[in-house]
Amino acid sequence: MSPGIRSVFDREFDEVRVKLAGMTKLVDVAVERSMNALAERDTKLAKIVIDGDLEINKQRFQIEEDCLALIATQQPAATDLREIIAILYMIVELERMGDYAAGIAKTVILMKEEPLLKTFKKIFKMAELSRQMLADSMQAFTNRDPVLAQEITDRDNKIDELYKIVFLRLLKIMAKDPDMVTRCTYLMWCAHNLERIADRVINISEQVTFMTTGTLKEFE
Amino acid sequence: MVVTFGELVLTEVASAPVLQLDNRITNIPINRYPPFFIDEIIAVKIPLHKVRLSNGYSVKSNHMVDPQPVFTIRDLNFYYGAVRALSQISLEIPPNLITALIGPSGCGKSTFLRCLNRMNDTIPGTHIEGQIFLKGMDIYSPDVDLALLRQKVGMVFQKPNPFPQSVFDNVAYGPRVVGLTRNKKELETIVERSLRQVALWDEVKDALNENALSFSLGEQQRLCIARLLAVQPEVILMDEPASALDPIATLRIEELMVELKQNYTIIVVTHNMQQAARVSDFTGFFWLGELVEFSPTANMFTRPEKRLSEDYITGKMG
Repeated sequence: MSPGIRSVFDREFDEVRVKLAGMTKLVDVAVERSMNALAERDTKLAKIVIDGDLEINKQRFQIEEDCLALIATQQPAATDLREIIAILYMIVELERMGDYAAGIAKTVILMKEEPLLKTFKKIFKMAELSRQMLADSMQAFTNRDPVLAQEITDRDNKIDELYKIVFLRLLKIMAKDPDMVTRCTYLMWCAHNLERIADRVINISEQVTFMTTGTLKEFE
Repeated sequence: MVVTFGELVLTEVASAPVLQLDNRITNIPINRYPPFFIDEIIAVKIPLHKVRLSNGYSVKSNHMVDPQPVFTIRDLNFYYGAVRALSQISLEIPPNLITALIGPSGCGKSTFLRCLNRMNDTIPGTHIEGQIFLKGMDIYSPDVDLALLRQKVGMVFQKPNPFPQSVFDNVAYGPRVVGLTRNKKELETIVERSLRQVALWDEVKDALNENALSFSLGEQQRLCIARLLAVQPEVILMDEPASALDPIATLRIEELMVELKQNYTIIVVTHNMQQAARVSDFTGFFWLGELVEFSPTANMFTRPEKRLSEDYITGKMG
């Protein structure tokens, strides 16, 4: 079929892709801000992240609606169909990532003015790596690059390693000083949320693999 | 920071990111696969004229759409002799959009279409009740000029029906009869413009004197549409315009319809539900002479309001 013969479909599909990019941006900003709020003990910023989650949820439903209409009216097939299905899964993952960012922000508010534990650069490293994985997974999606998608999944090990280190260190502190238990638990929640965010990126990579190769496979 | 995705603009408002649709950027060509990397500025054109129509629905479109209906139909009943073929049809058809009429054979959709330019008048024993207004003009009023009505509301049929004449004479026929042009030059201009509008000019410009019947069916159908455009209609009625064509020629006709809706209102009757879904903005579902549902096409095919429409669309009946 010659290119451009389905211009309505192409245009509407592009619109969905653009909205997906917009939603990804919102999620990325939410993660970045929740970590800034944590670093600075900035409850105002944390509140902004929590409120912003509503917009992420709204975007998810909007894109879902658009995909539904595309499937019902345009009868997509093969790669197009796989891409739409992949997008439907990806927006769910993105929405959950938004929830995790909001979760970190809520923890920031709970911790209020308690002093920051100084040793937690590794938590911030986790956030940095997760955000890079998210950006790369979208790059893999855009470029239809299953190799990059696979490569991202390997990086999850690094996140898991960091999480383990953070977890053990927090345990140690709690064992030594019972006054620190509350604060350490809050931080553990944050680390856990970041670990989950990275897991969600892996799910996105699985979808990119499905979209590009047609193979459904679970990454470890 | 502002990230622009065409008219989808991500702005920082009160330091919280907000996605909003924005009308500022236009005429930027579509990038099929825009780079998604998060901090890049991306430009993609997204259609953004949002119009609230008089029928209560909103549409978004690449081109401007007048909110007032082109056709207003009130309590229409149509009879073949004593048999009532249409009962109590009331609806408004929006301009510069594609309205599809679907339903099983014999449901009255073609009869309804032919009411809109009084083609049924030629069938003996038929009569009509109710009113049809074309932009406020009652088309069944006794003083209506039928030739003018059919010039404004043209029709394309299932089987391409070019005259057995040259391509040029086919397209020039209408303007000659109606007296649209003063000289040959003007006539040639109209013929070329009409053939360009249906994307046929490049294929036939060196064969304008060839017999129209020597072309493929898809080309013949586009020629018939060009013939109709030459008399500058406002509305194009299409009765199964692609059912005699192969899938590629069908897609070409559908693309053409989408192009044409910028300047014309299109009402299409089709047996092909997928075609209605692909191409139209509004869909009307007819059943046993009644209009069961009239909804935006995306709604009709994802969440029809009536059980009967649902059953027909999902193939449970019909």
